[in-house]
Amino acid sequence: MKPFEYRRIHGVEEIGKGDPGQARYLAGGTNLIDLMKHEIEVPDRLLDISRLKLATIENGEKDSLRVGTLVTNTSLASDARVRQTWPLLSAALLSGATAQLRNRATTGGNLLQRTRCYYFYDTARPCNKRNPGEGCSAREGQNRIHAILGTSDHCIATHPSDMAVAMVALEARLTLRAADGMERELPVEELHRLPGDHPEQDTVLKPGELILGVILPAPPPGRQIYRKVRDRSSYAFALVSVGVILHVVGGKVESVRIAFGGVAHKPWRARKAEAALLQKEATEANFQHAAEVELADARGYGSNDFKIPLARRTLVATLRDAANSVEEASA
Amino acid sequence: MANLYVNGKQVTLDDDPRTTLLDTLRAWPALTGTKKGCDHGQCGACTVLLDGRRVNSCLILAIQCEGSEVTTIEGLGQGEQLHPVQRAFVKHDGFQCGYCTPGQICSAVGMLEEVRNGEPSDVTGRGQASLSRAEIQERMSGNLCRCGAYVNIVDAILDTDAPNSLKKEGAAT
Repeated sequence: MKPFEYRRIHGVEEIGKGDPGQARYLAGGTNLIDLMKHEIEVPDRLLDISRLKLATIENGEKDSLRVGTLVTNTSLASDARVRQTWPLLSAALLSGATAQLRNRATTGGNLLQRTRCYYFYDTARPCNKRNPGEGCSAREGQNRIHAILGTSDHCIATHPSDMAVAMVALEARLTLRAADGMERELPVEELHRLPGDHPEQDTVLKPGELILGVILPAPPPGRQIYRKVRDRSSYAFALVSVGVILHVVGGKVESVRIAFGGVAHKPWRARKAEAALLQKEATEANFQHAAEVELADARGYGSNDFKIPLARRTLVATLRDAANSVEEASA
Repeated sequence: MANLYVNGKQVTLDDDPRTTLLDTLRAWPALTGTKKGCDHGQCGACTVLLDGRRVNSCLILAIQCEGSEVTTIEGLGQGEQLHPVQRAFVKHDGFQCGYCTPGQICSAVGMLEEVRNGEPSDVTGRGQASLSRAEIQERMSGNLCRCGAYVNIVDAILDTDAPNSLKKEGAAT
């Protein structure tokens, strides 16, 4: 690990205007410390924010929930309100990582974790995300875990978070604090970027901008299901995951939210599929059609070609489960 | 100088902020029970209890733990007087080479507390967590065993006769 200066702060006001520059904020460290060991992240300073008073979950306005950025993945997944009202989020969190990591990993850190693309980690191989302009090794290489939607010539990496997929489906919002103290809100859906010409930029955060927390608005009605397909039944990243909130009334789709994980550089809100389903009969044929509409632009790179039919089938199966359980619930 | 507390004893940290909690434990109090496996948070051999919660000590800077209480495998038993989870591992042969065992046992101790607290896992669903085989397998997935002693590890945890064990609550079948 490269040497760095360590500074622990106890209030956000201690963040200077020049911060963090080449510095990084450190919270749980489960991804950042690992990347520093690999010398993929080489900050000259770490600002340890782990003792800021941002680790609480509080009831907000209009039946929302305000989640501090330092709330651990375990605490968020275990919160009785989250389990009751936002079960999609609890399920997504629990499907990720291990108990040891979830005990340490934070809400903000989970959002800002970096891709697990093999070539991003392999410093002996070109990677545009690590060294812009170097080239992408994944396009012609091992790309079983890579993206099928929203890729660019420069990067086909995926965002690895499960939690973020649920937050996008739930239309959660971030509260952010810029280095100059200005605060703003940002939908989680707009946090992550597609790679385009700048795959080195994972998010739209400005330098020094800090995630203070996440606001979970009251969810829309309907059944919430998170379904994750992976190579092992535990402790594996998603090949494809899908978060669905489906409300069926009288056999028709009254409202629906869909987000995919494991298919793109960001959690993928499936708005085309949602539009195709709205006010339509909740039938297998319509689920199929919606999945096909969403995946019409999907492309594989060889070893990840299987993800296109996998994403289609996973979405159809999840919609089917959600529709069936809604009927059971109202029967 | 910054201090933390390991198994109740004060430990002074070295002044290099790069030093992980794992390397601190193994070097200064020379508590080598905590093992370095992958050093990247993937194997669980370095699992210790930090303020009562199981964590991967390889992914934590020691300086972040200033003032915290750390419990390692050496702090669970009292010499020949083994912790109930240790006794259960011996009884059920929950190991072969033993390298992953300190992490497995610390992880199991933390895991039993998490179940007791009602914290759900990926297999719990919306109800109350119980200590079934499926729950143990899911909850212990962060501890790899290259010898493949998993079946006996699950048996040992199911049979743990720890005080306030979940078995008494009839959760295990």
